[in-house]
Amino acid sequence: MSTAELNKQVMQISAEDRALIKAVEHGLPVVSRPYTEIAKNLGTTERDVISRIQQLIDNGAIKRYGVVVRHKELGYTANGMVVWDIPDDRVEELGMCIGKYDCVTLSYRRPRRLPDWSYNLFTMVHGSDRDEVTQKVAEIVKKCGLQDIKHTILFSTRRFKQRGASYTQKDMTASVSKKNTTLRLVK
Amino acid sequence: MTNSINDYTPLEQHLLNDFQRDMSLSATPYADMAEQLGVSEEEVLQSIKSLQDRGAISRVGPVFRPNRIGVSTLAAMAIAEKDLECIARIVSAFPEVNHNYQRDHEYNLWFVVTASSEEHLDIVLHEIEQHAEYPLMSLPMLEDYFIDLGFKLKTSAEK
Repeated sequence: MSTAELNKQVMQISAEDRALIKAVEHGLPVVSRPYTEIAKNLGTTERDVISRIQQLIDNGAIKRYGVVVRHKELGYTANGMVVWDIPDDRVEELGMCIGKYDCVTLSYRRPRRLPDWSYNLFTMVHGSDRDEVTQKVAEIVKKCGLQDIKHTILFSTRRFKQRGASYTQKDMTASVSKKNTTLRLVK
Repeated sequence: MTNSINDYTPLEQHLLNDFQRDMSLSATPYADMAEQLGVSEEEVLQSIKSLQDRGAISRVGPVFRPNRIGVSTLAAMAIAEKDLECIARIVSAFPEVNHNYQRDHEYNLWFVVTASSEEHLDIVLHEIEQHAEYPLMSLPMLEDYFIDLGFKLKTSAEK
């Protein structure tokens, strides 16, 4: 199955898997037998937890399994979101080309919102400072032949929040109304 | 603040670099790392905890493929400078928001919203707009062209 096909398929997730995802989405416990600890909380066995994670890897729900680093703390203090306005019939080819460079961590096609927003490919380029990011983007332009493609680099100036995605908000009505109260106070 | 891969010990550099993908699904993943690196399991556990405390490791575990077990979108807002701090705080307070950055562009606030269903996502986007009192531009991913192999951290010798 191609990546494009995979992305179009939102899976039906069982309640058990939903609970498992909730237990692991913010990371495994850092203990000798992490799956035993997860199993205990879910009322199942270590072996069951491991085999269901393996299934989530096999069916493509999990894209990568391992250590997730934070770039900024490792000296990659500049990240540029580089957005490109690419003719529709060339987005896939050029998106793949840009996505294969070491300094790039994302390459997504997104819709245009005309007239406000004409860019349809989003890539994330990391470097130790802005100059390095700009230089890497110039290299990519040359190597992928993007000289005639309009692009712009949006540098991040502040990080307000960064953590793993949460897929498991449950009782949304309750959580939303609770949020209203807190947010009004903040405002 | 630690600010370069070279500020980390050799063991820490290996932990940061060598296990970003295909981590073993054995019952004892940290002992497996220890064996591969020729150190004790206790050293691995302590080092990972310390790297987490210092913010270098976000977590050990799964990275989910976008739009497979849930739905997400990238949202952008063009906010007046004087309101930015306040609106950013409002946006970050939503548990559905997992990345929230200021960027130097007319659209200066960019954040990712993730939810378990399309319906829930729409509700959250609407709530954010209402509370922020700014229009929101939603740019959901249509195709993913990136094969995630982790992020290769270069040591000074390689740079």
